[in-house]
This record gives sequence, C-alpha cells and structure tokens, in this order.
Amino acid sequence: MDKDFTWSTGSDIAAAVASGETTALAITEAALAVIAARNPTLNAFTAVTAERARAKAKAIDASPDKSKLPLAGVPFAVKNLFDIEGLATVAGSKINRAHAPAKRDAELIERMEKAGAVLVGALNMGEYAYDFTGENVHDGPSRNPHDITRMTGGSSGGSGGAVGGGLVPIALGSDTNGSIRVPSSLCGIFGLKPTYGRLTRARSFPFVGSLDHLGPFARSVRDLALSYDVMQGFDADDAACVDRPKESSLPFHSRGLDGLRVAVAGGYFRKGASPEALGALDGVAKALNARAVEIPEAARARAAAYVITATEGAALHLDRLRKQANEFDSAVRDRLIAGAMVPSTLVVKAQIFRRWYREQVLALFKDCDVILAPSTPVTAPKLGQQNFKLDGVEMPVRANMGLYTQPISFIGLPVVAVPVALKPLPIGLQIIAAPWREEVALRVAYALEQMGAVSAPRPNL
Amino acid sequence: MPSPPLDDFIAAAAATLDLPLDPAWQASIKANLEVTLRHAATVAEFPLPDEAEPAPVFRA
Repeated sequence: MDKDFTWSTGSDIAAAVASGETTALAITEAALAVIAARNPTLNAFTAVTAERARAKAKAIDASPDKSKLPLAGVPFAVKNLFDIEGLATVAGSKINRAHAPAKRDAELIERMEKAGAVLVGALNMGEYAYDFTGENVHDGPSRNPHDITRMTGGSSGGSGGAVGGGLVPIALGSDTNGSIRVPSSLCGIFGLKPTYGRLTRARSFPFVGSLDHLGPFARSVRDLALSYDVMQGFDADDAACVDRPKESSLPFHSRGLDGLRVAVAGGYFRKGASPEALGALDGVAKALNARAVEIPEAARARAAAYVITATEGAALHLDRLRKQANEFDSAVRDRLIAGAMVPSTLVVKAQIFRRWYREQVLALFKDCDVILAPSTPVTAPKLGQQNFKLDGVEMPVRANMGLYTQPISFIGLPVVAVPVALKPLPIGLQIIAAPWREEVALRVAYALEQMGAVSAPRPNL
Repeated sequence: MPSPPLDDFIAAAAATLDLPLDPAWQASIKANLEVTLRHAATVAEFPLPDEAEPAPVFRA
C-alpha cells in the first residue's frame, strides 16, 4: 500500500476500496499495525479481533458488490458493552468477565458490517458506563491522544481515544448522560447521540434503560452520517426502539445553512464554563449568527437525570451488589448502593418532572432549529484528577463533566458533538435538535466543518 | 427537605435490601446518598399539578 490511510476518513477509505485503489485487506492490516503500535500508549482497545477482521476484509475484496457498500473496508471498533460473537461482554467490569461468550454480534455491529465495515476490536470504558473520566480500575485508563497524561473522558473513553488517536476512523459507543459527547469533546472528534429510540440497543449491555442511547464517533461529519444512516431501522429486540422509516441524513448536507435558525443556550450552560469552553461556544455562535435562548430549569433536569440514573442503575445491578460487591470499582459500587436506597417516591417525582421539562424544551424549537451548548465545562483534566473548580467552586470531576450533557439526553434530544481545535487541547460543542431531526444537527455540523470552524485535530503520536 | 438521619437510614436500608455494608464503605455511600437526595429534593420541591404524568407511560 503506497498511501497512509491512518488519518483518512471512512468515506475516503470506502471510495479507495471501491475503486480498487487499495484493498480492504490492506486497510485492515494497516489498522491492525497502527493499533499494535499505539495501543500500548493509548490503552483504547481491550480486545483486537484480528483474524475475524482479516476474514471479513478478504470477503469484501472478493465481493462483486463491494463498490455498492457505503463503508467498504472501513475499520471500526466498539465500546466493550456491545456483544461481539465469541467474546464475553465485559462492559468495563471485572464481574462480567465470567459471562459466557456472546453468541451473536450486537445488532449495530451487524448493520455496520452489512454496509462493508470491518470490526477490529472492543474498546475500553468506565465500569458499567457509570463514569465521565474514561478511567477503568481493571483495565487501566484510556489515555487522551492529545496528551497521554490526561483523560479521554468517559464512559466511552476507548472510543474517543481510538478515533482521536487515528487507530480507527469510526467507533461506536453509548451515551446515557453524556458518554459520547464528553469523550468527543476531550479527544477532539465528532460524535452523534441520536434521538432516544432511534438506534437499536439490541445485544448491548445496558446501564439506565430509560436513558441509554448508542451512536457513532468519527473524525468527519460525513462519516458520522454514513455510519448513522446504515445503522437506522426498527428492531423489535429493543423495547425502546421506535418504528420509524429510515431517514437518510446525507442528502441534507449540501443544503447549507439557508433557512436554519440557530440559538445558543445561556444561563445554566454558561455558568461554570471555562474560558476555553465559552470562547469556543461564542466563536461558533457568532459564525452562525445565533441568538441567545434560555433552556428552562436545566439544573433541575440535570438533578432529575442524576436521580433516575442512580436508581435505575442500582436496580440493574442489585443482585451483583448483593453477591459480588467487592468485585466492583469501589467508586461505582458506592454510588450504586446509595442509588438502591433512594425512596421510590422521589424517582417518580423525577419522571413526572421529566415530562414537564420535555414540553418546555420542545416549545423552544418552534423558534429555532438547533441550540448550541458546550459539551464539557473544561478541556481534558489530568488522569487521576479528583476535583476541578467550576465558577470558583471545587467540584468532583467524575460526577460533573456531564453538567451540560445531562439536561439534553434526559429528554432524548439528538445531538451532534463537534470539536473546536483549540491548542493545546480541543473542546467540544453540542448541536442540539428537536426529536427525530438528526439531519438538521448534522447539516449544521457539516456547514461548520466546511467553514473550518470545527475539525478533528491530528495528534502528534 | 430536612437532612435525614442518614447513618441509621443506610443501615436499615442495607438490611432491608439485603445489601452488604462494610464499615469502610459507609462514608462514601453516605456522601453519595446525600448528593442524590439533594438532587431529588431539588426536583421534588418543584410545583407541578396533580395531573402531571410521569415520562414513561405504560401502553397495553
């Protein structure tokens, strides 16, 4: 192979494979080589499925239809809470290592591979996804490709590190309270958290059923859209998956910003934000001529998401807490045990508030098409850092990196996370749309990418 | 909502729910529960009408 594809986008790779410029096998070997070279530093992968990837790549090269596959030969990897046939689905835990190997891939892996993508492995994550740091006590921390002494953000930390570090062009992760958007911000890449119920979660390990979403990470908006489009479609195996027709987002890209009304969230979403976060937000808001809007009761929404997460998460793990408490990460265990003790009346109150809040926020979309907000209050903290200062107040990092993401996923709104390539460390913004309007958020992200306002910076690895 | 006597509550809840409670975990569990209850109180004090439905509505 005479070209270095390690920083290529998935769409460029698919075009090169389809045209015969290169082969899926050559791309796969290159990806496996870069994983072998960089993973000891970044600790993004917990399993590499090399033989499976080579077999899949050979099958694509032999296929007469490879030119019709939108992701022909594109390497991708998944957070290790997705089922991969033949591997135990560890979900960042020690406990799940004793589980039987999965009998079948997660539905989203099957859909990606049907489109020609090649699975190359499983990615590190915070234990049971209850995490915003990307640190893992069992597997060691994911390391930020822009500064390996810093966090990737979590819980999809390996997904952020693998895409931001050039190990794969596309990764899949999950987002319950911000776990796609936080690592996207800290690692300087794009991420899509679709509408709640849009992408099937079948055969993935859950965390909080009423808040869990799955979605892609990439280094370009086109790759996000490509992977999102091939993963759409109803699946009765996920009780929350909504039966809607597939709505291809790609044709909307060329439409630019004409007719779109952009707003920028004020109040809660500025309080505590670092100068970097505010500078990135204001720069993009100005480029889009955005007007200020207030998302009502966002702090209370975040509080309600916190309560639902702690209690639903505790319900999921109750039996493991009873029998295997010592095998948890102690920080996760203590949060879950506390969650198990919250009176149910308070949880119902949070769910009642959730419906009220949803109506208030949906009303805002009568006057705008997207709302901008920061993804994280700060750039990547140091690994092991326990606290940071937000608005002069000392706060725990682990619980507060999702300050700006939680009030949005709480009501399932689709968000495209876009990176602003600040130096020395990038930071991300959320482009938030009304439910089922992923294509509008992707269209704004694409326009910003074309303007050069957002981009995934290449780390010096 | 006044701060409940959490140590007693945690001991009783752990026993009722059949959850292990190592004394070494007590301070951390208590700190987490305090934060979660504080968030819950913020939500619960927000006035909403009796007719307000929870977000997940069961459909037969």
